[in-house]
Amino acid sequence: MEAAAFYGFSTLAIASALFILFTKNLIYAAFALFLAFLGVGALYVLAGADFLGVTQIMIYVGGILVLLIFGIMLTQKGDKSADPSKPNRIEVLIKREVWGFLIGTGFFIFLLKVIFTSDFRMAGDSINSKSTIKTIGVELMTSHLLPFEIAAVLLLVALIGAAYLAMNRNPTP
Amino acid sequence: MTSIPIQHYLIVGAALFSIGLAIAITKRHFIGILLGIELMLNAVNINLVAFSRHDPERLGGQLFALFVIVVAAAEVTVALAIILRVYGRFKTVDPDKVSELKK
Repeated sequence: MEAAAFYGFSTLAIASALFILFTKNLIYAAFALFLAFLGVGALYVLAGADFLGVTQIMIYVGGILVLLIFGIMLTQKGDKSADPSKPNRIEVLIKREVWGFLIGTGFFIFLLKVIFTSDFRMAGDSINSKSTIKTIGVELMTSHLLPFEIAAVLLLVALIGAAYLAMNRNPTP
Repeated sequence: MTSIPIQHYLIVGAALFSIGLAIAITKRHFIGILLGIELMLNAVNINLVAFSRHDPERLGGQLFALFVIVVAAAEVTVALAIILRVYGRFKTVDPDKVSELKK
């Protein structure tokens, strides 16, 4: 049962990623990325990371993907002569396919070689099925306190920087 | 307790990372490149979570994945702001056409 779920969600994520790679319509690519993120979140849950799965769905799907779709919307060329009854296609030119496939498959083969030739000696037992939220909270407040606060400062800096960059988008010279 | 070996998680992560790299290379649209980068970050997170299965006491991999998600959110906001500025300046989203040098 668990193996079936794992392979099903892995297939979903990889098929969605391949669809993003081959499609020419950017909106379809964004929705396929939605499916890929859901598949990856399910893989987190299968690996025993319940809090991280929920976080993935909330932040990636609820935040980042909506932001990307807003970006697609804001960077469109508006055709004034477009037929409004036609579906809106955002064509993305695809170039350098040969280089992309060569580098992608080459890197994949290299990673497979690394995975199959390495001998992982796992110390400690596998995760037990209790919730990870307590452990994550305690670790964040004790041994990972400095990265936690640096992340807070980083989010503030990113917010201010993005607001500063995005205002006056079309400056009048 | 889980029956799935760690190599399968690593293979899924490697496949997603390679596909994301190919997306970031082949798409000629700034937001398409961002989609590829997000996919690569997710593949790395799969690896971190898979290794974190064998560390149930400290969960270092899951914490690191959490910080990766936070940094990815910050990165996307700033990248979108930059993309909007570049689009306002050059009126294009093709990285090959963003150039002020003579052809």
